[in-house]
Amino acid sequence: MEAIIGIILSALLSQNFILVKFYGICPFMGVSKKIDTAVGMGMAVTFVMALASAACYLINLLLVALGLEYMQTVAFILVIAALVQVVEMFLKKFVPALYKALGVFLPLITTNCAVLGVVLVNVQAGYNFLLSVVNGAAGGLGFTLAIVLFASVRERVDKTDCPECFKGFPIALIAAGLLALAFMGFSGLKIF
Amino acid sequence: MDILIAIAILGGLGLVFGLVLAAASKVFYVETDPRLDQLNACLPGANCGGCGFAGCGAYAEAVLKGEAPVGKCASGGNECAQAMAAIMGVQAEAVTRKVAMVRCSGARTFDAEGNLTKGAKMKANYEGFHDCLAASKVGGSGPLSCKYGCLGYGSCTRVCKYGAISVKNGVAVVDEDLCVGCMACAQVCPRKVITAVEPDRNVVIACNSLAKGAVTNRACTIGCIGCGKCMKTCPKGAITITNNLAQIDYTKCDNCGQCASVCPKGLIKDSKVEKLGEPKPVITPAQ
Repeated sequence: MEAIIGIILSALLSQNFILVKFYGICPFMGVSKKIDTAVGMGMAVTFVMALASAACYLINLLLVALGLEYMQTVAFILVIAALVQVVEMFLKKFVPALYKALGVFLPLITTNCAVLGVVLVNVQAGYNFLLSVVNGAAGGLGFTLAIVLFASVRERVDKTDCPECFKGFPIALIAAGLLALAFMGFSGLKIF
Repeated sequence: MDILIAIAILGGLGLVFGLVLAAASKVFYVETDPRLDQLNACLPGANCGGCGFAGCGAYAEAVLKGEAPVGKCASGGNECAQAMAAIMGVQAEAVTRKVAMVRCSGARTFDAEGNLTKGAKMKANYEGFHDCLAASKVGGSGPLSCKYGCLGYGSCTRVCKYGAISVKNGVAVVDEDLCVGCMACAQVCPRKVITAVEPDRNVVIACNSLAKGAVTNRACTIGCIGCGKCMKTCPKGAITITNNLAQIDYTKCDNCGQCASVCPKGLIKDSKVEKLGEPKPVITPAQ
């Protein structure tokens, strides 16, 4: 139980995938212009991360049994890409409401490095099945936290009268840097 | 030998996933109406939202389900409506082209010393967010003396997907050639100063002020004071004054333009004489 709480807190704050580990910066910058799309993207990432953690844990068992650990990265990319495709089709058929909410974001996540990152972290840390899934879901929630915070900063920054040369992307990058700096404050957080 | 096992395992995995995906695409196949793609092809695809739906795709779906009539797309115009009607097998009513019009003439001009010679007066210097909604919340009713006029912070400019609206001399101006009439600008305007007009029939009252004449006069040099000259001049009786503001009933108006020539403020714009938005020379009443 302690391990689970520890994993959740570190994935959310002290080891936040975006703002501390700098995985998944591409969707972080790309889909953070509006809060509601940021929430959609965050939910989709959380969903896929938890699923990918579960699937990759099982595939990893196969790889370890055959002594093919060095192929983990390649195998995981394959698994994640296929999984996201199947999930997308499944949602389209059976849960159209969820598909409408997450649909546009799912293909974007297919080759997202945050998703690959979380499964590799799971393997390196030697988490069991439950802990892997918990780490995946909490990592996704950490992603959501970061992207929603950043989107709300960006919505306001976009309206301000900043110097011409900083307008748009440059000021967003600076804001992202400041946000990451703020999250550095959690790095000393000792959990249990 | 090891490398062969690796190739076999990963190749096998890839093959299995490929087969699963192929099977899934059959199992999870969702039937879509072929008309949906045809409808989407008719629409301009700009997702301007002028029809009231989230985008062109959402509108096409609503039309297909019979929840929305064809011809709501202002951007596609008549052609689009007819094409959609042909697909759906219904009769489309002719769609008249409409464009957005900013009902404010308060564009400011200054003399050499920087004194306001013409236009809406400012009661304060606003230095906050460059956004009309934000500005309209400050100081009761915004930095403009007139409570009804265009604030000129360009919220409409930013929301326009066609680059048809710009702010000149503190008042938004629509370029009629670029405007498709989606009215996204009107939805974002906190002053509700933008309306749709037919460009071929645009004797328009370019003022939005509901304040009493004296109040309007203090706030702006070009505001409708409800004097009623246009109402008396109109041979068709198409103009009425309600809430100190002249309004034209376009079902009666025959676009003669007499009202434009008698308006003491010169704020009735006649399309036969000039393009909308360009300030009309102030006509002094005949002696």
